[in-house]
Amino acid sequence: MTVRVGVVLFPGSNRDIDAVNALRVAGAEPEILWHEAADIAGVAGILLPGGFAYGDYLRAGVIARFSPVMRAVADFAARGGPVLGICNGFQVLAEARLVPGALLRNRGLRFVCREVTLLPEHMDTPFTREIGERRPLRMPVAHGEGCYYADEATLDELERDGGVLWRYANADGSVAGPEDAGNPNGSLRGIAGVRNAAGNVAGLMPHPETAVEAILGSDDGLGIIRSLVVSAAEWASTGTITGTRPMAEAGR
Amino acid sequence: MSDSTRAYRFAVNVTPKPGILDPQGKAVERSLPHLGITGVSGVRVGRRVEMTVGAADEAAARAVVDRLAGDLLSNPLMERFEVEPLGEVSEAGEAASAGAGAGG
Repeated sequence: MTVRVGVVLFPGSNRDIDAVNALRVAGAEPEILWHEAADIAGVAGILLPGGFAYGDYLRAGVIARFSPVMRAVADFAARGGPVLGICNGFQVLAEARLVPGALLRNRGLRFVCREVTLLPEHMDTPFTREIGERRPLRMPVAHGEGCYYADEATLDELERDGGVLWRYANADGSVAGPEDAGNPNGSLRGIAGVRNAAGNVAGLMPHPETAVEAILGSDDGLGIIRSLVVSAAEWASTGTITGTRPMAEAGR
Repeated sequence: MSDSTRAYRFAVNVTPKPGILDPQGKAVERSLPHLGITGVSGVRVGRRVEMTVGAADEAAARAVVDRLAGDLLSNPLMERFEVEPLGEVSEAGEAASAGAGAGG
């Protein structure tokens, strides 16, 4: 039995086809979820793809946050289901307060589209478990507002509780601080992706879904997509995911 | 709009919170020497949103604006907002908007 993973489609999403392809490569059965859909029963995982939902008007992700499907996504997340937001999907999750922090305009002001190196952390989470051995991962970024920001207390808490899942890396393998060449947008502490306190909702700015086959230039992203799929399958069969805790207990 | 409802014009000014990096403001600041302007610092770029709100009275209209300014127009993690009342208007508020534009 293949696991069904929903791909949320907002007006202005443009990486949905890549997300569908990546989920197929990872062995899942993708299902498009329209932004007006309030009922998403039947999916065991959710992927929010990249793009420019609602034109990114006002702030990236904020209009999408109030769409009917996001109420369903928030409910799904509260029940412990795995949710992954990529790029614009991460911005939507941040605006919806489903993951901590905010994405500010890139420090260099430019839209940045290039390959980056990511260092994964905590290899046993719902979004990293299938990566295998910890190693640098190469995949593209393409965004204008990807500078991860949270106040110092939140950053400390994230690091202490294992909330940081991916950081940008320099060529020498060190973590890329805000001013470093390996950091495309000025993200604080080199943070490229985080998860919520419960552990079942994560977002990242880079695009693992466009790095899932050698013909695309890299397949380093496949482990992240496959992690989501495996977690969705686990949630569908057991109602829980290894390495997560209920949202009510986690306090957010 | 029914007879019992009045209309009020508001502006919401959203700016980056103190301490938040504002690369747009920095870019504006760095361009000033090209204009021969010196002595300007602390440039912060935000946005201004104007609207007309139909309500029974100004306090009720203000409550609506406060809510949407906090929930939608600004992200409290990185921005702060201030509500600027522009007065009562008769119809769609176009005249008030034109008049208030000078301050924006």
